[in-house]
Amino acid sequence: MEHEKSYQDGIPRSLFRPVDRSRLDTEQIVRPSVSYWQGVWRRIREDRLAIFCFLLLAALILLAVFAPVFSAYQYDKTSLMEGNLAPSASHWFGTDSVGRDLWTRVWVGARVSLAVGFIGAILPFLIGMFVGSVAGWFGGWVDMVIMRIIDIGMCIPSMIYVILILVYFGGGAKAIIIALAVMNWMGPARGYRGRILQFKNREFTLAAQTLGAAPMRIIYRHILPNILGNIVVSLTSFVPAAIFMEASLAFIGLGIAPPMTSLGQLASDGAGMYRTYFYQFAIPSLVISLIIFSFFMLGNCMRDALDPQLRDEMSRSAKKRRRKAGSGKEMGKNE
Amino acid sequence: MKKYILRRFVISLVTIWLIVTVCFFLLRLLPGNPFASTTLMTQDTLDKMMAYYGLDRPLWEQYVTYLKNLLHGDFGYSLKYAGRSVNYVIATTFPISAQLGLQALAFGIPTGLLLGILAAKRRGCTADVGINLFVIICTAVPTFIIAALLQYFLAVKVKLFPVAQWKGFRYTILPTICLSLGTVSGYARSMRTLMLEVDRQDYLRTAKAKGLGTFRIVLFHQIRNAIIPMITNLGTEIAGMLMGSYVIEKIFSIPGMGAYFVTSIQGLDYTMVMGLVIFQAVIVVFANFIVDLLYGVIDPRIRVA
Repeated sequence: MEHEKSYQDGIPRSLFRPVDRSRLDTEQIVRPSVSYWQGVWRRIREDRLAIFCFLLLAALILLAVFAPVFSAYQYDKTSLMEGNLAPSASHWFGTDSVGRDLWTRVWVGARVSLAVGFIGAILPFLIGMFVGSVAGWFGGWVDMVIMRIIDIGMCIPSMIYVILILVYFGGGAKAIIIALAVMNWMGPARGYRGRILQFKNREFTLAAQTLGAAPMRIIYRHILPNILGNIVVSLTSFVPAAIFMEASLAFIGLGIAPPMTSLGQLASDGAGMYRTYFYQFAIPSLVISLIIFSFFMLGNCMRDALDPQLRDEMSRSAKKRRRKAGSGKEMGKNE
Repeated sequence: MKKYILRRFVISLVTIWLIVTVCFFLLRLLPGNPFASTTLMTQDTLDKMMAYYGLDRPLWEQYVTYLKNLLHGDFGYSLKYAGRSVNYVIATTFPISAQLGLQALAFGIPTGLLLGILAAKRRGCTADVGINLFVIICTAVPTFIIAALLQYFLAVKVKLFPVAQWKGFRYTILPTICLSLGTVSGYARSMRTLMLEVDRQDYLRTAKAKGLGTFRIVLFHQIRNAIIPMITNLGTEIAGMLMGSYVIEKIFSIPGMGAYFVTSIQGLDYTMVMGLVIFQAVIVVFANFIVDLLYGVIDPRIRVA
């Protein structure tokens, strides 16, 4: 028969010779295996936006830490003769109505905002995770009671206990963090409970249970890795949300007590007189927006990088760049 | 179905009762008293005031009296504004906040959904990037900053809209836009994610394999499935919007409910806070109830027996 004699393109069979199979290492792994976190790191590194946001954030944090140290002015030193000066060489961001240097104040405020953002996001999250896993794992009446408490807690306007806490602890950064924790633990608890429920009846959990693992061990060792990406992503969205909330509380008048300040406080002070001294409103607003923006974008990039399912779909620009670089075109010119 | 509704109704009542109780006692935990901020008040006057409003009686007695009045639909009188009943305050301010909230929702939800669908369908294109950017700006910039900026440029500089106050439809446009930005960006973001998630499902492949047109697929298969998870928060969101936003109301000097909410808590106006909280709780519970029923309509798979 014709097709047995020649392969495609009409090459006669006699020209083919069998390969010596004994010398082939088909089982050998050529590339090093990539662990989950290595993969994440690789994907993040390729994402230019992520790198940009990371650098922006790092710059902002460094400024917040060091700018007040090297500033010639104190953040709380008033000087009534120099009130409401526009930005100049001696006062880079100008001065406020009582003559305090805004460059120093903005970065001192950024310190407070960042601290509130970080701790105020992690604390409620940890509480929510713990409560949520207890509710989800043990189920039954424990779950019932916890979920009803959350239902009711979500119906009570947070303003009541925020004010309660702020009055009790006196309006410092600590009080705001506690207020944020009390305000925000319910959402993560609900979400985390759902995730636990989702994995509770899976085979690997059952296997661990059969082996006699304790509940907290199963949650920590077996379920947590499955939802870690999810947790990191929501955490990165919680940080900007906490900063945002602090700013809104400051606007309502429940912020940090002066002379200490926060970015939200500065922006809301400036919002009252933006028609006369626009810079006093614009500068803190810009800084706070940049901080929230970079956190938010970083969170977005983390979500893409942490989700192995998105691995093939993600970072089209990175792929495009690699393809173009591979085909010999100039890098950096695209986009 | 009737049994389900009845059960839900009873649970709702219990929830509201619990909220009333918790709030009542939480408020009393706050240090100070409602008249403390009024200066130049002698101890004698203060005692008389406390006695007049029944605040000198034991706490449980006050609680029982309050519940009794509540069952008659009487929220009591404000402790700050002499002679003004809480019912009157709600009746005058709620319509304003509700109108603003409804306008913001009516504008925000469809716009957000449309933007989300557009971004998902044009994934990776200019439209997607633009929408993403818009969403990020809305999320990154605190509301009061956006509101103040819009007010400054659109009302003060360009004079397109009135700067503030509440005198007609023209006055509502700017606050509505500011209030709805959060909704728009939130809905656009989740709609985009959900649309892309649904895009990977088998039933969508089936629809494509059947040879349905893109429009039909998106409208009847993709959107309908993508929208379900977003309904969960609808109840709370509607309630939150109806109650008004303190920030927006303050910036545009709108005589809504949001302002009362904050000032009355700060001023320890017990009855006013309680009235507003209960009013809000009823709306939240009712809205969640409707949303639960809506679930069954939109997704027959989770219809209750």
